[in-house]
Amino acid sequence: MRLKRLILASSAAFFAMSSTALASRPTEGGYWLQEAATPVMQELTKLHNFVSWIILGITLFVMVLMAYIMFRFSAKRNPVPSKTTHHVGLEVAWTILPIIILLIMVVPSMRLLYLQDALPETEMTIKVTGNTWNWEYAYPEFENVESFISNPLEKEDADAAGVPYLLATDAPLVVPVETKVKVLVTSSNNLHSFAMPAFGVKMDAVPGRINETWFEVLPGKEGTYYGQCSEICGIKHYKMPIEIKVVSKAEFKRWVANDGAFTTSVAALGNNNMSGGVTAAQK
Amino acid sequence: MVAIPHGDTDGHEGDHGAYGDDKPGFFARWFYSTNHKDIGTLYLIFGIISGLIGGYLSFKMRMELATPGIDVFNSEHEYLVFVSMHGLIMIFFMVMPALIGGFGNWFVPIMIGAPDMAFPRMNNLSFWLLPTALICLLISFFVPGSASGNGFGGGWVMYPPLSTSGSPGPAFDFIIIGLLAAGFSSIFGAINFITTILNMRAPGMTMHKMPLFAWGVLVTAFLLLLALPVLAASLFMLFTDRIDGGTGFFDPAMGGDPEMFQHLFWFFGHPEVYIMILPAFGIVSHVISTFSKKPIFGYLGMAYAMVAIGVVGFVVWAHHMYTVGMDVDLKAYFLAATLVIAVPTGVKIFSWLATMWGGSITFSIPMQWALAFIFLFVVGGVTGVMLANAGVDTALHDTYYVVAHFHYVLSMGAVFGIFCGFYYWFGKMSGYLYNKWIAAVHFWLFFIGVNVIFFPQHFLGLNSMPRRYIAYPEEFELWNQVSSAGALITLAGVAAFFVMLIEAFVRKRPAGENYWGEGATTLEWTLPSPPPFHIFNTLPRIDDNDGH
Repeated sequence: MRLKRLILASSAAFFAMSSTALASRPTEGGYWLQEAATPVMQELTKLHNFVSWIILGITLFVMVLMAYIMFRFSAKRNPVPSKTTHHVGLEVAWTILPIIILLIMVVPSMRLLYLQDALPETEMTIKVTGNTWNWEYAYPEFENVESFISNPLEKEDADAAGVPYLLATDAPLVVPVETKVKVLVTSSNNLHSFAMPAFGVKMDAVPGRINETWFEVLPGKEGTYYGQCSEICGIKHYKMPIEIKVVSKAEFKRWVANDGAFTTSVAALGNNNMSGGVTAAQK
Repeated sequence: MVAIPHGDTDGHEGDHGAYGDDKPGFFARWFYSTNHKDIGTLYLIFGIISGLIGGYLSFKMRMELATPGIDVFNSEHEYLVFVSMHGLIMIFFMVMPALIGGFGNWFVPIMIGAPDMAFPRMNNLSFWLLPTALICLLISFFVPGSASGNGFGGGWVMYPPLSTSGSPGPAFDFIIIGLLAAGFSSIFGAINFITTILNMRAPGMTMHKMPLFAWGVLVTAFLLLLALPVLAASLFMLFTDRIDGGTGFFDPAMGGDPEMFQHLFWFFGHPEVYIMILPAFGIVSHVISTFSKKPIFGYLGMAYAMVAIGVVGFVVWAHHMYTVGMDVDLKAYFLAATLVIAVPTGVKIFSWLATMWGGSITFSIPMQWALAFIFLFVVGGVTGVMLANAGVDTALHDTYYVVAHFHYVLSMGAVFGIFCGFYYWFGKMSGYLYNKWIAAVHFWLFFIGVNVIFFPQHFLGLNSMPRRYIAYPEEFELWNQVSSAGALITLAGVAAFFVMLIEAFVRKRPAGENYWGEGATTLEWTLPSPPPFHIFNTLPRIDDNDGH
């Protein structure tokens, strides 16, 4: 445990150099989307807000209309009911109008979908493997950086380090800012889902398949980002968070030159820790 | 408009007019029952019992989630078992039996002027398969599921590998057997409804004069008939995959693919959503029409909107799977197809409003449930439009936003439809009138309660809280607490429901033939309350001028 804290402290010191200590995570009592850190998430937020206005409008329209009808045509105010049962114009109108609204919505929706899913030329690749229950990160393009396991911190460790429990890990995924990163996602056992809300990324980890997605963190958005496994994967489903550290390009270079510095030692620790975790689970 | 022949019977003594009322003894009546009304009653009682079980599961989960840590459940596994079983029990053993088996059996034959269902004995089999199935599911709680404990904790969607190599114990085998039994029950029921509706309508009761509830059940029956065999097949594939050295349909190590199961499951699962809501659409239509004292507006549009929803419902399944790594063009198709469903749904909403327009509305208890249904279904429907956008769904998939969405259409859509029908027909089925003040207390507690539970869950989802988590970061605590408080209000509402039931059966205020008055025009209101054991010994004749 002490070793782990030491490593945490050293990695914190290492990344203290990235002066903007931005951290994106769920907000206290939050009721809207998390702040966007990638162009995809910016577009996603825009579309979400646009559609929100439309659906809010529709709901209010129905509510107000209903309230008016309930008032105006109550048995007290309208004792004699009409016998109207058809109105072709009206029926055509309430078929056509929703179609028009949907057409207005579908254009930006398709644009977002293709922006998100059609992979651009990416500058680097990371490979994410979901294990039961932790994440393994690999940098296939940097041979000196060994793949490592990212374990969740126990509550006392998280509290000691001043990082959020159920979000923080002992070894974050490290990526450079302003770089198009391709993410390959797979799983060694159960289904999992690699999710990073601030990036607009969520991709299932499926055994026997390699899914790909991508992100590019906007300039000035260096910092720590938190996500959580988003596909039911067994008893520790709630406890396999995803932590991503976004650093400047120069820092990332230094980190790679350092053989992924802290992470290699953490990976060894992570392995020990994992076997410990499994026995705990089996109990 | 409807001519019911009275008098001259050549049957038994003591007949009510043209009706036979010779009930068999208790055991034969309730255990060998072939009478559609008795079987309907059995289904309703069964639905209430299952609802209590499923409700208990959800209540305990809500109490757990009131705080970020783990403090109500003994283990994480137990929580996941509750999550999974809540879904399965509520869907297969509460909503479906109540709406289709209960009200469908009771009122489809009466509404179309048929003496009973086409296959009364198969009807009996349909019902008795269900308690058998439920017992299998309940057994699964107490037998080993995985190394982590008893019961199956893989979610109601039962995705492999969590349901194959992830849950090697017998718990999941019991669920497979139970769901197969429930599936066969529904398939038999569907065959029965289709045959009854297509062949046993009274003279003059053309398809285009048939009440909308019968239309809803007819479309539902077709969906069941087409969707459930797919579920049965995929469950059976899971079953053989689970055998050591068995098949490997969903096992990548043997050349299979876990995503295949998801496609099969949702090919059943999406029509299942409409299976649960279409009969409720029918009930709400009758209630709106009755209490507005107006015939339903745009009857044909309403009937064919349900048909359209049923048809389109079969080609949109993969919108439950936007994040599995599908090809982008495929996603684009499912996005567009899903949005299309909003159009017939809009037709239904606006037609209900137009039915009320110009009407003479009384706000009796069933009407309150119907109005609340429309409002809540709109809220659940529009968040469905949001989720249909594959791009936005990337952020919302598997979060509490989805939980909020489908509880708005089910926990508030389907369940409000059930209560709407229950209060509409309670007097007809039991022969007694309920106390409307207790019923009003039930309605308001329930209406406020479910909104307090589920509306804040939109916020949790937007703030990215994933589903099926027993513990969560502290940032999510506020809205979870509000949500759990709502569960307490809803619980009080459920208590009021039972007080209402007990009071009505103790006081025994007799209900007349047509206690809703001139607005209620379907055939059940021409019969006494409760209707005699055998009905329509001479078929009613529906006049030509009874147009919609």
